Amino acid sequence: MTLLYSEVEEELRSSVRGLLADRCQPAAVLKRIESEPYDLDLWKTLAGEIGVAGLLIPEELGGAGASASEVAVVLEELGRAVAPVPFLTSAVLATQALLPTRDALLGELAEGRRTAALAVSFAASPYAPARGSSVRVDGGGRLSGTVTGVAGAEVADVLLVPVDGDLYAVEGASVEVAPSMDLTRPVATVTFANAQGRRVGACDLAAVLRFGAGLLASEQLGVAEWCLETTLAYVKERHQFARPIGSFQSIKHRLADLWLDVVRARAAARNAVADSSSVSVAVAQAWNAGVAVHAAEEAVQLHGGIGMTWEHPVHLYLKRAKATEIALGTPGDHREALASLVDVPGPA
Amino acid sequence: MNEAEIKERVAAFLGEHDPSGDRLEFLRARFDAGLAWVWFPVGLGGLGAPRELQQVVERELADTPQITGGKQGIGLGMAAPTILAFGTEEQKRRFLRPLWTGEEIWCQLFSEPGAGSDLATLATRAVRDGDEWVVDGQKVWTSGAHHSRWAILVTRTDPDVPKHRGLTYFVCDMQAPGVEVRPLRQITGEAEFNEVFLTGVRLSDDLRLGEVGDGWRVAQTTLMNERVAIGGAPTRRGGGVLATVLSAWREQPELRTHDLHQRLLSLWVEAEVTRLSGARLREQLAAGQPGPEGSGMKLSFARLNQALTGLDVELRRDLSYDDWTFRRSEDVDFYGRGPGYRYLRAKGNSIEGGTSEILRNIISERVLGLPSEPRVDKDVPWKDLPR
Ligand SMILES: Cc1cc2nc3c(=O)[nH]c(=O)nc-3n(C[C@H](O)[C@H](O)[C@H](O)COP(=O)(O)OP(=O)(O)OC[C@H]3O[C@@H](n4cnc5c(N)ncnc54)[C@H](O)[C@@H]3O)c2cc1C
Repeated sequence: MTLLYSEVEEELRSSVRGLLADRCQPAAVLKRIESEPYDLDLWKTLAGEIGVAGLLIPEELGGAGASASEVAVVLEELGRAVAPVPFLTSAVLATQALLPTRDALLGELAEGRRTAALAVSFAASPYAPARGSSVRVDGGGRLSGTVTGVAGAEVADVLLVPVDGDLYAVEGASVEVAPSMDLTRPVATVTFANAQGRRVGACDLAAVLRFGAGLLASEQLGVAEWCLETTLAYVKERHQFARPIGSFQSIKHRLADLWLDVVRARAAARNAVADSSSVSVAVAQAWNAGVAVHAAEEAVQLHGGIGMTWEHPVHLYLKRAKATEIALGTPGDHREALASLVDVPGPA
Repeated sequence: MNEAEIKERVAAFLGEHDPSGDRLEFLRARFDAGLAWVWFPVGLGGLGAPRELQQVVERELADTPQITGGKQGIGLGMAAPTILAFGTEEQKRRFLRPLWTGEEIWCQLFSEPGAGSDLATLATRAVRDGDEWVVDGQKVWTSGAHHSRWAILVTRTDPDVPKHRGLTYFVCDMQAPGVEVRPLRQITGEAEFNEVFLTGVRLSDDLRLGEVGDGWRVAQTTLMNERVAIGGAPTRRGGGVLATVLSAWREQPELRTHDLHQRLLSLWVEAEVTRLSGARLREQLAAGQPGPEGSGMKLSFARLNQALTGLDVELRRDLSYDDWTFRRSEDVDFYGRGPGYRYLRAKGNSIEGGTSEILRNIISERVLGLPSEPRVDKDVPWKDLPR
C-alpha cells in the first residue's frame, strides 16, 4: 500500500489538468454559473477523449477498469477547477450503485453517451442513507414520492432510484432545480408520481455513499489546494506598508498552518482510496471537509476586499467547500461514527 | 531489497545470535549485520536498503534486546545522520557503532544564552592551535549532557564574516578537561537539561565535522533530521500519547462527558491524519535527507501532544503530581510517568528543536516561498552585530 501517486495517475492528472486549463478557467466558470451552470461540452470531452466517465467500469462492460485511486486524482483536478461537470454524481455515485448489477446501461455511461444521477439527497450519509427521501414503490414497479437535494439530477438522462434495497432506473421524473449554496453543483428536488421504474438489481446504498464519501475527500483536497496556491500567489504580489503582505509573520504563520492542514488532507485522501474501510473514509471526511472550508475562508479573508467580490472566483470555492462539508455526512457525523468504529464510546 | 529478502536476513541473523544471551553482544552483532538502520550503508550498521524496511526489521526483532530510544535520542536522531553526511570514513567507523548500541550517549551543544532561535548568532569560540582547536564559551538547555560521552557542537571560528559563514562544527569530547556540566531544574521539577561551560577545551582537528567555516550547512542537516526525529516517528493508529488518553477513556466510563467526547474524537482524527502524513513523508524521503517539509511533522506533533496531554489531565480530573524532587532525569519518560508530568513536559515540544514560530517561518519561506521579514543582520560581520 502506498500513499503516493503512481505514474499512471500523474499522467491522467496532467491530461485532465491540461484540458481544464484550456476550457475551464475559474473566470469561465464564473461567467456561466447564473445562466447554465453545467458545461456539458466539457463533460463530453472529458468523457469521450480522456475517458473519465468509464474509469470505474470494468473493461468487459465498456469501461477503463481503473480503480478508485485514479478516480480520486480526477476529482482533485475537478475540485481545483470547481469544474461544473457531473463526474462525481454520474461516473462515481450512480456508476458505483449500478456496478454490481452489471446492467447494460453501464456501457452507455462509460462512453459518456448518457449520464445518470443517483436519486439520493446529497445531504444523506452512509449513516443516514434515506435522509431527504420519501420514495415508495408499489407492486407494479411504480414509484412515488420526493427526494430533496439531489445533485446532478437536471443533467441526468437516467435517474437511479434506490428504494428498500433495490435500484430502479427511471426516466421522466419531475426535476426542479432550487437555488443552491454551491453554484457549480446545483441540487434539485426530484418528484416521482407513479413513475414506471425498471428494477435493475439490488443496492447497498450505505456502501455506495461510503464509497462516494471517501472519494469526495479528494475533491475537497483539490478545492483546498487551489485556495492555498491562489492565496500564496496573491500575498506575494499584493503590497501594503511597502512590503508584500506575505512577508508579515502573522500571515505567513496562518499559511504555514494551512499548508500543514492540506498536507494532512492529502494523506487522508490517499489513505481513503488505498484502504476504503469505514474508518479511513470517516477520517478523511472528518478532516478534509473542514480543511476545504477553512482554506476557502482563509482565501477570502487574505484577499481582503477583492475576496468579498463576485468578480473574484474564490467565492465559488467557498460555496463548493461549504456545500461538500454537508454532503455525504458532516464532519460531526463522521466523527460520531468513529466513536463506535474505533471504540471511543460516548458518555452513557 | 524487498520485504521478503529483509525478513530472510533477519531470520538468518536470529539463527546465529541468541537474543537471550549478552545484551550488548547481541546489539553489536545486530549492528554488524546491517540491521541497525537498514538505510545506512553496508559496514555502518545498514544495508543501503529503503528506509521503510526498517519497520519490518523492528517488527521481526520486537522480542529481542532493544536500544534505549529516549536516552539515545540525540545520538540516533541528530548526531548519526550528520556524521553519516559529513564525517570522514574514520569518523563514521569510530562513532556510529557505539552510538547505536548505546555504549556512548550523545548530546547537542547548540543553544547558548544569547543564541536560541537565532542559533547562527552563537558566540562559543574555537581557535586553531596547530592540530588542535581551543574552545571557550557557554551552552545552555543541553539535554542529557550529564550522561553523555560525546556532543555535537557548533562554534564560531571567524567573527569577521556575517554570522552564517563563520561557524565550524565539531564532535566535542565531554570528558575533555574544561567541560563543566551544571544541572538546570525545569518545569517538571527535575533536571533533564543543563548548562555546559567550555573553558579552554582542546579538541583535535580530527573531531571536526565538515569544512572550517561550513558549520551552518552541517548544522542544517542536524536540525532537519532533528525535526523529523521528534515529530516523524512511525506510530500505530490510535498509538502514542493518544493511546494513554484512550485507555483512561475506555477504562473509566464514569469520567466521560459529551464535551470531552467531542474534543477527543477531533483529536483522534487529527492524530490519525498526522500519522498518515508522516507515513507519506517517510515514503517520499525513501533514503534521502529530510527537507524543510520535515518541520511540519514537528509542528503538528507539538500541537497534538500538547492538546492531548492537556485533555488527559482534564479528563482524569486529577489534581496530583507524581514527583517534584529536584533530581537528574535518566530519560524523557512520557509513558512511565503520570499525566501531570506529560502535560508539563509537552510544553517543551513547541520550544525544543526549534520553536513552533520558527518552524512556521521555515515552512512559509522555504516550502511556500513567501518573502522573508526584512533582515538587519544579513551582510553585517558577526562581531558588529548588536547582541
Ligand atoms: C526541553 C528542552 C530541551 C532542549 N534541549 C536542547 C539541547 O539538547 N541542545 C540544545 O542545543 N538546545 C536545546 N534546547 C534549546 C532549544 O533549542 C531553544 O530553547 C529554542 O531553540 C528556543 O531558543 P530560546 O530558548 O533562546 O528562545 P528565544 O529564541 O529567545 O525565543 C523566545 C520566543 O520568541 C520567539 N521568536 C524568536 N525569534 C522569532 C522570530 N524570528 N519570529 C517569531 N518568533 C520568534 C520564539 O518562538 C519564542 O516563542 C532545549 C529546549 C527545551 C525546552
